[in-house]
Amino acid sequence: MGELINTLLFDYTVRTVAMGAAVLGIVAGALGTFALLRRQSLLGDAMSHAALPGVLLAFMLTGSKAPVVLVLGAAVAGVLGTFLLLSIIRFSRIKEDAGLGIILSVFFGFGLVLLTFLQRNPTAAQAGLNKFLFGQAATLLVGDVVTMAIFGGGALALLILFWKEFKLLSFDRDFGSSLGYPMTVLDMLLTTLLVIGIVIGLQAVGVVLMSALVVAPAAAARQWTDRLSVMMVVASFFGAIAGVAGAFISSLGTGLSTGPVVVLAISVIVLLSLLFGAGRGLVWTWLQQQRNRRRLRTDAVLAWLYDLGVVQHADPRYAHNVEVLRAMSRYQGGVRNSLRALEVDGLVHRTSPDEWALTDKGVGRARELRTTGRSDS
Amino acid sequence: MTDTKYAIEVTDLTVAYQEKPVLWDIDLHVPPGILMAIVGPNGAGKTTLIKAILGLIKPVAGQTLIYGKPYAEQRRLVGYVPQRGSVDWDFPTSVLDVVMMGRYGELGWFKRPRREDRELALEALAKVGMVDFAGRQISQLSGGQQQRTFLARALVQDAQIYFMDEPFQGVDATTERAIVALLKELRAAGKSVLVVHHDLQTVPEYFDWAFLINVSRIAAGPVETVFTDENLRRTYGGRVGFLTGNGHGDSTVHGDPAAPKPAGEALEWAS
Repeated sequence: MGELINTLLFDYTVRTVAMGAAVLGIVAGALGTFALLRRQSLLGDAMSHAALPGVLLAFMLTGSKAPVVLVLGAAVAGVLGTFLLLSIIRFSRIKEDAGLGIILSVFFGFGLVLLTFLQRNPTAAQAGLNKFLFGQAATLLVGDVVTMAIFGGGALALLILFWKEFKLLSFDRDFGSSLGYPMTVLDMLLTTLLVIGIVIGLQAVGVVLMSALVVAPAAAARQWTDRLSVMMVVASFFGAIAGVAGAFISSLGTGLSTGPVVVLAISVIVLLSLLFGAGRGLVWTWLQQQRNRRRLRTDAVLAWLYDLGVVQHADPRYAHNVEVLRAMSRYQGGVRNSLRALEVDGLVHRTSPDEWALTDKGVGRARELRTTGRSDS
Repeated sequence: MTDTKYAIEVTDLTVAYQEKPVLWDIDLHVPPGILMAIVGPNGAGKTTLIKAILGLIKPVAGQTLIYGKPYAEQRRLVGYVPQRGSVDWDFPTSVLDVVMMGRYGELGWFKRPRREDRELALEALAKVGMVDFAGRQISQLSGGQQQRTFLARALVQDAQIYFMDEPFQGVDATTERAIVALLKELRAAGKSVLVVHHDLQTVPEYFDWAFLINVSRIAAGPVETVFTDENLRRTYGGRVGFLTGNGHGDSTVHGDPAAPKPAGEALEWAS
């Protein structure tokens, strides 16, 4: 254990990888927040797949594998793919889902053709380009991380500079236009920032799974907050954690590709957030529902005891058999539990093993229930 | 404001999405200080008219002047209340934040809302009776509260002309009365309000002008002169014929405030 921590903190390679993954997670999480809220989550997937031929063409044209060159190539192809997609949706009858499928598969297919073409002519120079498929964080160098930080930092800076405008764009585009803001320009800018956030992650996470790092942190963060700014910070935090965890695991000689491991890490965060997220968590919602149901069932049993007694015996304190009450609940169960809960509150008492009657307090509460429709217990 | 006689002057406005025109050769002159109902069946181009005037849709032909100048120069004079259903109410933001968006035009690029913007927003929320909801997440609002939030956002724009797209849609009676009171207050302050409205029965009660539209202009002017049976029939086609034919000799719909409920429902279906 101590050795592991030592490695994590002081090993040069691992530290580089961790920093790269953290930068990536922060940038992708922040931009993903807007992508999620604008219902453009799948756009990220098309962008990352569309970027693959850009990476390869950039290499073929320049013969260089410098990160700046490859990232620029990816960005150009990503932007091109995105605007082609948006044009298809706008000017043809093809809907968004079909358009996404077309752009994603055409660009990705072209990228794979280029990749196999390059690998058929093996020169030392092309080695390592296939890491763009699934990502290989262990190969990140300081130069790569610096490139990521410059592009990613720039994107984040613009995101914060245009915060008010992007918020307006995401919430109410038409209203923004009516105020005089050029919404189309802002839209293109935000989309371009998203492309940047995606392409800087391609080397580490790969084109196939990069979109998960855009969508998942934002989806998880939405479970914890109702404020846009907080959501962005939380999404960045989640993205960073998942990125670092995935990068560590894959770079510790496990031989696992980074992309899939990062996706598994962020999936765990999403799952936990869905279940336990503040307010929105499924577990809390379920517990609340159960509590409500129990309370309503208990109220119903109290009311039945009262009604039966008043109507049939002119005595609200008349004792009734459990089976009668179970029949009234149409055998949905829970009658005995309800009676026990009422007994604890001193509203009913047991007159014989199977017979229950209202106490004075119970009669009072039942009357209240019948007149107001609720017990305020 | 200026010497121009009209708050809004629309001339020859034509809008087409594909081959068929959505708006055809619309002319409309709106004086300052009136409440105008925009009335017409579904697909008549009511929302499109507002969006074209606001420059959200590029018209094929025609021009719009606001107090004698193109809209782009007069944005500060115009407030807009879009349809409530046009935004995602699950967006992570608060009521106050949404209302402050009405200040964004005044603020301009990059500037963040300040304390005075907050205070103006709170003032507007007070006017629509929503000040207690300022910090509320917008997904927790009822339909009426959402509508009031949008109205407050338009109020902080402090405009001279307001465009409202179905502000009464899906709100309860209390909210409807509150909105009407607000509209009359705006008119009293000399502002013009154009409202896309669906309930024909309340038109004479709420509004003093009406614009009847079905792709083309049918009629525009004071309610008592243009809101007639004849014009309504031309706006809605034959469908509206049966609503006044059932024994009410009155020639105008508004002349019979005690019209039976079924007629009102028929009107709503027809619209």
